Amino acid sequence: MASDKTPLLEVEHLTMRFGGLVAVDDVSFVAADREITAIIGPNGAGKTTVFNCLTGFYKPTVGMLRMTRNGSEFLLERMEGHAIARVAGVARTFQNIRLFANMSVLENLLVAQHNKLQLASAFSLAGVFGFKGYRKAEREAIDQARYWLDRINLLARADFSAGNLPYGDQRRLEIARAMCTGPAMLCLDEPAAGLNPRESGDLNELLTFIRDEHKTGVLLIEHDMSVVMKISDHVVVLDYGRKISDGSPAEVRADPAVIRAYLGEEEDEDLPDEIAADLAGKQEAGTARPEGQG
Amino acid sequence: MRSETPGAFSDLDPRTILKEVGFAGLVALGLTFAMVGLRTVDSNTGDGAVLGIDTRFADVAWTVALVMVGRFLLILDRAGLPIPVILGGIAMAVVTQVIPMPGTVLPVFGLIGGGVLALKGVLTLVRHRSKLTAQERDEAMDRAGQRFQKLSRYLGPALAAFAIVMPFLPFADRQVIDIATLILTYVMLGWGLNIVVGLAGLLDLGYVAFYAIGAYSYALLAQTFGFSFWLCLPLAGILSAFGGLMLGFPVLRLRGDYLAIVTLGFGEMVRIILLNWYKVTGGPDGISGIPRPSFFGFADFARHAPPGSTTFHELFGLEYDTLYRVIFLYYLILALALLVNFVTMRVRRLPIGRAWEALREDDIACQSLGINRTNVKLAAFTTGAMFAGFAGSFFATRQGFISPESFTFIESAIILAIVVLGGMGSQLGVVFASIILIGMPEWFRDLEQYRMLAFGGGMVLIMIWRPRGLLAHRDPTVLLHGRGGPAESEIRAEQQAAEAAS
Repeated sequence: MASDKTPLLEVEHLTMRFGGLVAVDDVSFVAADREITAIIGPNGAGKTTVFNCLTGFYKPTVGMLRMTRNGSEFLLERMEGHAIARVAGVARTFQNIRLFANMSVLENLLVAQHNKLQLASAFSLAGVFGFKGYRKAEREAIDQARYWLDRINLLARADFSAGNLPYGDQRRLEIARAMCTGPAMLCLDEPAAGLNPRESGDLNELLTFIRDEHKTGVLLIEHDMSVVMKISDHVVVLDYGRKISDGSPAEVRADPAVIRAYLGEEEDEDLPDEIAADLAGKQEAGTARPEGQG
Repeated sequence: MRSETPGAFSDLDPRTILKEVGFAGLVALGLTFAMVGLRTVDSNTGDGAVLGIDTRFADVAWTVALVMVGRFLLILDRAGLPIPVILGGIAMAVVTQVIPMPGTVLPVFGLIGGGVLALKGVLTLVRHRSKLTAQERDEAMDRAGQRFQKLSRYLGPALAAFAIVMPFLPFADRQVIDIATLILTYVMLGWGLNIVVGLAGLLDLGYVAFYAIGAYSYALLAQTFGFSFWLCLPLAGILSAFGGLMLGFPVLRLRGDYLAIVTLGFGEMVRIILLNWYKVTGGPDGISGIPRPSFFGFADFARHAPPGSTTFHELFGLEYDTLYRVIFLYYLILALALLVNFVTMRVRRLPIGRAWEALREDDIACQSLGINRTNVKLAAFTTGAMFAGFAGSFFATRQGFISPESFTFIESAIILAIVVLGGMGSQLGVVFASIILIGMPEWFRDLEQYRMLAFGGGMVLIMIWRPRGLLAHRDPTVLLHGRGGPAESEIRAEQQAAEAAS
């Protein structure tokens, strides 16, 4: 557990109902600063709903989301979506990539620095006349973008349309774009989905780099257990909207509740290799949960 | 027709040809028999007006024949015989012009239809001749687009220079300058709407409302308070911008079709208010006697100066000519339009411009990056509205008379058509589209009622061939590597070399 570390995000009793459907049911966990926290769980466990509550796309029915940044606390459930990103410093990526497809790679990273630049351009007034202060700010923004492009190996393609990039590059660009907002916590929704083994290796490297060098907390939803088990410091397992396990990767892997949750789905691609290997030894009859939902 | 091997001669089975041509002819007959073939006339036969029926079966026969020939040519085109199609299309166009035909419409249709068929044949010919694969052709198209983009860097200033010297060229008589002024008004409106629709991606069907607010603001301010044009112009812009803000707030949550409907409603609301607020706007009577602009407050364009001022021709020692005012108005709208263009080009490279484009691309991602969508959208609406307000006050001062009739929905539709046809977000595209959509109908006034038909036909053709607009190519607003950046092929080769080395 992360009790001895600085908490970055504290989720308390988060519940999200859509009509009669309870998507997230009384979930509490803590994501520590400078740690990678993974949220895993079978399809439909409510992982993305937690993310959408965190980043202001949904207003939680019940619960508190406390974000601590530079000593000040922000209650995310009371903030507007754009303020969550700007003030509280929560940046996110999306399960289905949401880049600005017709804009260039560089422009994508500059849009992420909009608030900084908008201030420097005195809300466009200084910008229209090309004042020095704005030009300097723009150069700095481009340098920041250049830094991230170098980091994700896209420097050569900086002037290409983002929509024309290969899939893996688009994923990494989306992460770089989120990092350009200068976040305190980076939320990644299935960053390894659709990546080949080499690309997901690169991704692991990028995420640990972000954690260690940029002192940023990372919260990720992931199905790819090779990513989760290798780089996470802390894993939270959801099933049917409830938290069923919480702890270090090793603890979670050994947790019978987790094994039960994953066993319930026969022949499921969600069943990670590591867990499947564990299951081979511990399979018990009668613990399978009802199927056909998710 | 289902042919297994497209482009082969398998389609030329006489029975299928007969079937298809016959079917097309039947459809044409069914469509035209009642609508073209029969015509009600009031035959005045002494004992009062009697409604009689006139028959025009010759027209029907010609139409059916033309349709069948056209269908046959299309079959030939599909079978991979473009040469006869080209010849047939040209023949059709020529024959319909030469042979005396019943009615005036048929030659026009023959000309258009024949031309389209010939063009289709040429396209097929080009496609068959080239041995390029689809991908190579795409790349060639991209290169052509880039070359045009390079050209357009010179084309823009060249067009602006031409517009500046235009009034002094020999062909520029009063009518030409009047049409050019009208076109420039629409260019300016198109550029203004381009901010809202092209950049921010907010479909606005009521843009004419801001044009109207600008026009009425100028007319009322100038008449009530006696403000000069140069004072009213910014005030009208500000008032229109407020209109934009007023529209912006309620529609913030809306997107796509819903936004379009609400903006459409807003446009109508403004027009209906103008129509019914009789005490202020004069209702359907409109406002007349709107003051004309002075020469920057120094001189008047009238023949005789009002007391205490001088006239333009006296100031410069010229003969009096009504053309001076026309030319001055032309330069005025040119300057205003260029101002709008300058600001738009500038703003596109600013954070707010990029935020507009980002909003068009994906507004959810915008929010996740901390961009306040409310402010960005309102900025787009108000900026666009302000430019429409400038154009509106120009319109009022040029016409000297305004009434709600000038601000109907069709105006909004034309401005939107200019933006869409030109290619969303393309400044030069707006100019070409304005010339086509405003200039052509003015020059072809002789076609009378068919000019709207031609307008619609042109729109359909452009939507088929260039669905993203005439000039739909987006240049990045900022480049990391400058213009000579590496191409995709170079990057790939470099990466492969690096991989091979490791």
